[in-house]
Amino acid sequence: MIVSLNGEPRSVSGETLAEVLRECGYDGRFATAVNEVFVPAGNRGAQPILDGDRIEVLGAMQGG
Amino acid sequence: MRPFYGTELPNGLMLGTAQYPSPAILQAAFRESGAAVATVSLRREGTGGAGQAFWQMIRDLGVHILPNTAGCHTVKEAVTTAHMAREVFGTPWIKLELIGHTDSLQPDVFQLVEAAKILSEEDFRVFPYTTDDLIVGERLLKAGCEVLMPWGAPIGSGLGLANPYALRSMRAEFPDTPLVVDAGIGLPSHAAAAMEMGFDAVLLNTAVAKAGDPVAMAKAMARAVEAGALAHAADPMEPRDMAEPSTPVIGKAFLS
Repeated sequence: MIVSLNGEPRSVSGETLAEVLRECGYDGRFATAVNEVFVPAGNRGAQPILDGDRIEVLGAMQGG
Repeated sequence: MRPFYGTELPNGLMLGTAQYPSPAILQAAFRESGAAVATVSLRREGTGGAGQAFWQMIRDLGVHILPNTAGCHTVKEAVTTAHMAREVFGTPWIKLELIGHTDSLQPDVFQLVEAAKILSEEDFRVFPYTTDDLIVGERLLKAGCEVLMPWGAPIGSGLGLANPYALRSMRAEFPDTPLVVDAGIGLPSHAAAAMEMGFDAVLLNTAVAKAGDPVAMAKAMARAVEAGALAHAADPMEPRDMAEPSTPVIGKAFLS
């Protein structure tokens, strides 16, 4: 299926957010949202991912 | 200095982490200034680990971390960003920015109050980036904020304290609330002026990061903040329109 990962189309096979993140090589400290809704780290394993879902993965960044 | 949500800070310098020429200069600016708080943000993370390296560096600074919701234009966007920031940075502190005007980056105070209420109810410690409007300040406190951060001037402008009267009014209106001048500081004299008014801290970024020598400017800002705080505590004299000789007249020789 095709999802949007940080605004880019991506072909993935994982059925949950945790699986998709692993599949895409994410590791470390970051936060996630699916279809503009925050998904806490503890819920990623239970969060289903469907074709067309919009996934955002955010990490620490410089800011003022 | 008034505590920030129960936290006593060692000084009133809050420093941003953006726009430095290099990570090494950023680290040196924090080390040399002794800034108490670092503001940080969230952006899309690739798999290369850029965010992980930055997080490690910030943690090593050993300062309090204040994540922001920079660039958010709606309540939903700001609230979701705050939740994500709390998870990444492991702190309930959030610098709540809700931008209402593209050119001036003026806060949308109506949405700001709404978002502040939601986040306060969800146990965030909200540091709202607001204007110098007294009524908005009052509404933010009612919404659960225990800190107010009025702008000195538009973000990144370096114009200093555009409306000293309004800032003095805020200080007088909210005597028990920690107040921070956030944005607009361009020079150490601006920072000192805010502290002399009795503000508890200043939050600045561009003035240091974009100086020719950011480390030297960070030190200058730290000293200005300290000087301003000391001056406020020393109860400055009232200005007067007429001169008054400081050297005693009594005992002056008759020589004319």
